Amino acid sequence: MSKPQEQPGPLIELRDVNLQYEETWALRNVSFTLNPGETRIIFGAAGSGKTTLLKAAIGLVKVDSGEAKLFGEDITGRKEQELYALRSRAGFLFQEGGLFDSLLVGENVEYPLVNRQIAKHEKPVKAEDLEGYVKETLRFVELEQTYNRFPSELSGGMRRRVGIARAIVTEPPLVLYDSPTAGLDPITANIIMELIAKERDTRNTASLIVTHRYQDGLLMANYRYDAANEELVPVGEEERDDPNRARTKFIVMKEGEIVFRGTRHEIEDSGDAYVKRFVRHEG
Amino acid sequence: MGRVLTTWVGSFQEFLFLAGRAFANIFRAPHYYDDVAIQMDIIGVGSLPIVLLTGFFSGAIIALQMARALNTYGASSEVGSIVSLTLVRELGPVLTALLVAGRNASGIASELGSMKVTEQIDAMRALGTDPLQKLVTPRLTATAVMLPCLTVVADAIGLFGAYLVAVPLLHLLSGGYYWSSSWRALVLNDLAQGLIKPLLFGMIISLIGCFYGLRTTGGTQGVGHATTQAVVSASIWIFVATFLIDKIFVNL
Ligand SMILES: Nc1ncnc2c1ncn2[C@@H]1O[C@H](COP(=O)(O)OP(=O)(O)OP(=O)(O)O)[C@@H](O)[C@H]1O
Ligand SMILES: [Mg+2]
Repeated sequence: MSKPQEQPGPLIELRDVNLQYEETWALRNVSFTLNPGETRIIFGAAGSGKTTLLKAAIGLVKVDSGEAKLFGEDITGRKEQELYALRSRAGFLFQEGGLFDSLLVGENVEYPLVNRQIAKHEKPVKAEDLEGYVKETLRFVELEQTYNRFPSELSGGMRRRVGIARAIVTEPPLVLYDSPTAGLDPITANIIMELIAKERDTRNTASLIVTHRYQDGLLMANYRYDAANEELVPVGEEERDDPNRARTKFIVMKEGEIVFRGTRHEIEDSGDAYVKRFVRHEG
Repeated sequence: MGRVLTTWVGSFQEFLFLAGRAFANIFRAPHYYDDVAIQMDIIGVGSLPIVLLTGFFSGAIIALQMARALNTYGASSEVGSIVSLTLVRELGPVLTALLVAGRNASGIASELGSMKVTEQIDAMRALGTDPLQKLVTPRLTATAVMLPCLTVVADAIGLFGAYLVAVPLLHLLSGGYYWSSSWRALVLNDLAQGLIKPLLFGMIISLIGCFYGLRTTGGTQGVGHATTQAVVSASIWIFVATFLIDKIFVNL
């Protein structure tokens, strides 16, 4: 259970995973790997299995067949109780936010930290230290002033950012974002994507991002957060154009199956009508 | 018909699994004492006004009815012992449990149900917290502790209501005789029944509320459905359990 935190192998590994809800295939023959520091953008029509893929990756849903590994450990066939510790090492932004509405924003962000202490029987961190740390994370998503408010008092975009803060507060090596920009205006959506890029590039976090907006993928593929100047800068040409060096790759799902995987150029050159629906060519 | 039976048996198995895990968690770390305290406040203190009110009136009503019946046998001085037996053994526990079921089985089911449909339960699991440990066990402990307390309060206020009817209002007997006869009527068996019942009912109410809450599907409508099911099913099981316990205690 307590293997070393840093593993050279993949963080997520799914092999021939299948999951069926009655007649509908939520996942069909899905194989997928995510290595440390990599970014995957997942496109797909509504109901194509994107959320299910994310949940299967951390064992929130049980797969019917196939193999799933998280941080190198097999999670298929493990008991729910044995998965808690493993799961808590990854961050997860839920499509519906999943914020605890009976807790304040500050308590929501604090939750993973307190939880980790309880689980590991660590000596509790002093309340002030905890609060300082939570405030720092809220500052990262530019929501420091909401510490003492309830999630229900915030706008949709603010709630999404609190969700991000909660997902990253433990500095996980892996964060899964389910539709971080869905239902938001373009300006708020861009702010959120910049935050995700910033998180990825300041801590070299592996990121799995479900989205409907092609520009979200472009931003992750073409830009990198420059901590020194606190701004997004375009990535070098070789990373952008060399498929072997691209850290950001794209996946397209259809009816539970992965029907496309490749780099930005490959997805833009794809002739498949379904895949084309998710690509918006610039200019 | 066969299909209905298999789903019912399946659900019942799931319920027993939930109950087993919830009980096992009482003895397993981590313990969420804060949540237990919050639930005790919601269930115990929150239900107190309605329990006081209904307890008082049921005592008064039993006294009124019994006074008439006992009068025909010339035994109206026994009203204290009759009231205390009915209240402590049957009505106190069942009435209080039904009230708390209406208030808290529904409250628990709708709270957990909305958490389920808004992905808060999944969020909890993703963050590494066992929802059974964090949500179910505190509700189980709190209800199982608070319901016997509430029942004792209901019994006491009911006896007081009956006293007001029997002594100052109808002058059936003296106050001293009322209290001493109502106390003497109770044997250990009655007191045990009067406490074991609410303990069991508390477990039934909280576990059924949690069970229907956690299996909620299908948005807001699903939450409403879960809430209704929880109250109906908790009420039915309270009667079934009463019947079984009475049967056991009659044979003792
Ligand atoms: N708990 C469930 N019970 C039954 N069917 C389900 C359940 N969860 C998902 N499904 C089905 O599985 C399929 C994939 O669902 P999923 O939520 O993964 O889609 P998605 O790609 O995330 O869609 P969206 O873009 O709308 O979020 C859908 O057809 C859905 O109806
Ligand atoms: Mg989804």
